[in-house]
Amino acid sequence: MTKIVEGLEISEETYVINRALLVKYANASGDQNPIHQDEAFAKSVGLPDVIAHGMLTMALAGKFLSDISGPENVLEFSAKFIKPVVVPANTDVSLIISGKVGEISDGRAKIELLAMCNEVKVLGVAKGVIKLQ
Amino acid sequence: MLNPDLVGRTFTSAESVTVTEQAIRKFAEVIGETNFDVAPPTFTISITLDQSQSLLQDSGLDWTRVVHGEQKFVLNRAIVPGDVFICSSTIESARNVAGNEIVTVRSDLHADTQLVVSTWSTLVVRA
Repeated sequence: MTKIVEGLEISEETYVINRALLVKYANASGDQNPIHQDEAFAKSVGLPDVIAHGMLTMALAGKFLSDISGPENVLEFSAKFIKPVVVPANTDVSLIISGKVGEISDGRAKIELLAMCNEVKVLGVAKGVIKLQ
Repeated sequence: MLNPDLVGRTFTSAESVTVTEQAIRKFAEVIGETNFDVAPPTFTISITLDQSQSLLQDSGLDWTRVVHGEQKFVLNRAIVPGDVFICSSTIESARNVAGNEIVTVRSDLHADTQLVVSTWSTLVVRA
């Protein structure tokens, strides 16, 4: 693996989100809110369509972080949910995550993450702290 | 409007939760993770979600206007299969910003006396 140094840009990964994945995430996480599965319900509460769980988007960004350090070395992880990821029926939506290494001290590195969907930033100030090996 | 007297309210589960490899695998597979020996960084939410929501159930929040604003995890170590946790959740703050109510709930997972993970959920109640 590339050595983690301050300023290192970590190349983007694409994660596919579709309705089937939302059902799988709902079952794995216990979050069965119908706005993530039921199109008629989502529209009835003013959403454009079914939207992904913010925590699914964050879990995928967490996978990106885990791939840098190993999941056992993630010490902190936080994000704001600034835009919904809309998931129309029969559509694969691409979530593109990239990262940059921030400050390194005491064997820990800050990682800034960028999560984009249809050229819109969906997570705000997404960042993690990893333990360096 | 959240009843301001509820800030500081804590609920600790009476029953412990045992983390199974199956639960980790189910969560990990959704995100394409193939290491099932440790839980993914956001796995905690699958343990704490119910409790943090029930803590707010009779709080006066208008659930039809609630959106998830922010989430933070601090992991003192990764969760592994066989972990037995007691979960406690606290309404840490409630404030009003430009007409939107912002409520933060902290949930802690303890294994015996060791604090393993803390997570903060920030909910925004739109005006």
